[in-house]
Amino acid sequence: MGSRASTLLREEEIEEIKKETGFSHSQITRLYSRFTSLDKGENGTLSREDFQRIPELAINPLGDRIINAFFPEGEDQVNFRGFMRTLAHFRPIEDNEKNKDPTASEPLNSRSNKLLFAFRLYDLDRDDKISRDELLQVLRMMVGVNISDEQLGSIADRTIQEADQNGDNSISFNEFIKVLEKVDVEQKMSIRFLH
Amino acid sequence: MTDLCEGGMDDLWSITTLLLQVWFSVMIGLIMIPAMFGLSLGVTSVYIQILVKILEVTAGRLIQREGGSMEQEMGELRRYRTQSISRGEFALSDSFYFYRKGLESIVDDQVTQRFSSEELVSWNLLTRTNHNFHYISLRLTIIWGLGVIIRYCVLFPLRITLAIIGISWLVIGTTLVGFLPNRRVKNWLSELVHLMCYRICARGLSATIQYHNKNNKPQKGGICVANHTSPIDIVILANDGCYAMVGQSHSGLMGVIQRSMVRSCPHVWFERSEMRDRHAVTSRLRAHVAAKRNLPILIFPEGTCINNTSVMMFKKGSFEIGGTIYPVAIKYDPRFGDAFWNSAKYNMVSYLLRMMTSWAIVVNVWYLPPMTRQEGEDATKFANRVKSAIAHQGGLLDMAWDGSLKRDKVKEEFKEHQQKMYSSMVVGTKARNSQEPHTESTKS
Repeated sequence: MGSRASTLLREEEIEEIKKETGFSHSQITRLYSRFTSLDKGENGTLSREDFQRIPELAINPLGDRIINAFFPEGEDQVNFRGFMRTLAHFRPIEDNEKNKDPTASEPLNSRSNKLLFAFRLYDLDRDDKISRDELLQVLRMMVGVNISDEQLGSIADRTIQEADQNGDNSISFNEFIKVLEKVDVEQKMSIRFLH
Repeated sequence: MTDLCEGGMDDLWSITTLLLQVWFSVMIGLIMIPAMFGLSLGVTSVYIQILVKILEVTAGRLIQREGGSMEQEMGELRRYRTQSISRGEFALSDSFYFYRKGLESIVDDQVTQRFSSEELVSWNLLTRTNHNFHYISLRLTIIWGLGVIIRYCVLFPLRITLAIIGISWLVIGTTLVGFLPNRRVKNWLSELVHLMCYRICARGLSATIQYHNKNNKPQKGGICVANHTSPIDIVILANDGCYAMVGQSHSGLMGVIQRSMVRSCPHVWFERSEMRDRHAVTSRLRAHVAAKRNLPILIFPEGTCINNTSVMMFKKGSFEIGGTIYPVAIKYDPRFGDAFWNSAKYNMVSYLLRMMTSWAIVVNVWYLPPMTRQEGEDATKFANRVKSAIAHQGGLLDMAWDGSLKRDKVKEEFKEHQQKMYSSMVVGTKARNSQEPHTESTKS
């Protein structure tokens, strides 16, 4: 019962995470408890298998992409800081934050950072462009076997056509933002944390 | 001085006797008698509601899960576009729905959260479940202290008394009924006695049981199978019907209970030596089932107690007997107390003590439609079929020893279901391929 004592979170770490992500103290401790309960190997990091053990995530059509977002380039373990940093994107944007110190770096859960997170879920090779293939991959994951290749291809073509402004047949981040400017990103890409 | 002391002692004594009298009349009047007749004063449900409120206040959920159905959410996401959702088509923002659902499940998913009491997101004020929250706040500690006092000093004595009364009544009542010769009256009385005792015992655990689909209740001459979490399962099921128990004959107190139960109606108790001979076991059970007037037998095919998060492999022996199988799914709510009996860690007595000092036992029982073995289906396949049905209904993981094969298959189906739903939104309810030329011709 006391084996988890060695991995208890220290106060300084909590403060650092608070500053970086904006979560409150109690939210961080609760999320830490969640992190440790997912960490079956008890080594302080999560692997891809740990995520896949969550049934609801395993049946999510885009589950693999979401899991991928937690792991930095080429690594397959994520520690608690990384876990929190990714979760921070989904914090709601509170009003008092909008008037904060303008010289401070942009918070992780700002509108454009949320959109960047979503953009990166499409843009697998991180070349800052969503190509037709990348779009097709995500589409295929979402629809499964229910739509034919041709139909999917034409949907992808039409989407790129609508969004593309500089004619390079792919969607850049700015074009992405432009297409979605009317979407209520704050609400749709946020999770309501209590406390 | 001594006179005063003696006077004081007398007063103390009379106060104590008065309290005891009040205690017993409250117990008999308010708890036992209604319990015996299957009535409820509603005290337990009020208690449960208060508990839920307190637990929510003290610890609460981590996130608020939003949301409507996939259609609703997609509709809102696509609002900025000129096309309506019934026309179909894809929007870059469609994926947001899946992202958010995915992230929500990482933070707080409904399934693993129910798993073991160690993973309770919010602490339910029982020390035994507090692993990660060593000290949270003064307020919580005070509430916890009050909880300890209430549980150990108020609830526990009450429950022990009820349990003792329940069991003694079971022994006495069944022995008395055993003296009766007449068939029908005897059966009716024995059912009554059994029901009353189990109901008293259930009150002794502050058990709130919700039965679903009562029309599928096991009938005479059938076999009832259920997933096994604790010895209390028997009390839970027997509160709503009479079953013939199957098990090993014990010595001591259990043996006394078993022998007296058999006097009023046939149960199937095996000697230890008989248990090893599977053929003998099966034929005895078969004989019992064949006599159509006998009560349905109650079997737990897992063979052991599982922690109520999954259903392990069913031993096929129960499914070779023949007859109709009535599957039942039992699911305990872990917020109120961990009902799982880890027989390696706790013996029966300490387990029962733990049960009686928990907040309450809240349990859902689903009666599933009866199943029979189909043509060409062997016992193992049949067993797995029943197991999946139970696991599915109870929201438990269907585990099989052959690795995660079964589990993946179930998950694939769920994933495909979501993909199908989403596809219908992309294609549009008119299911028109956009490559088709616009013609004025008929819509067939």
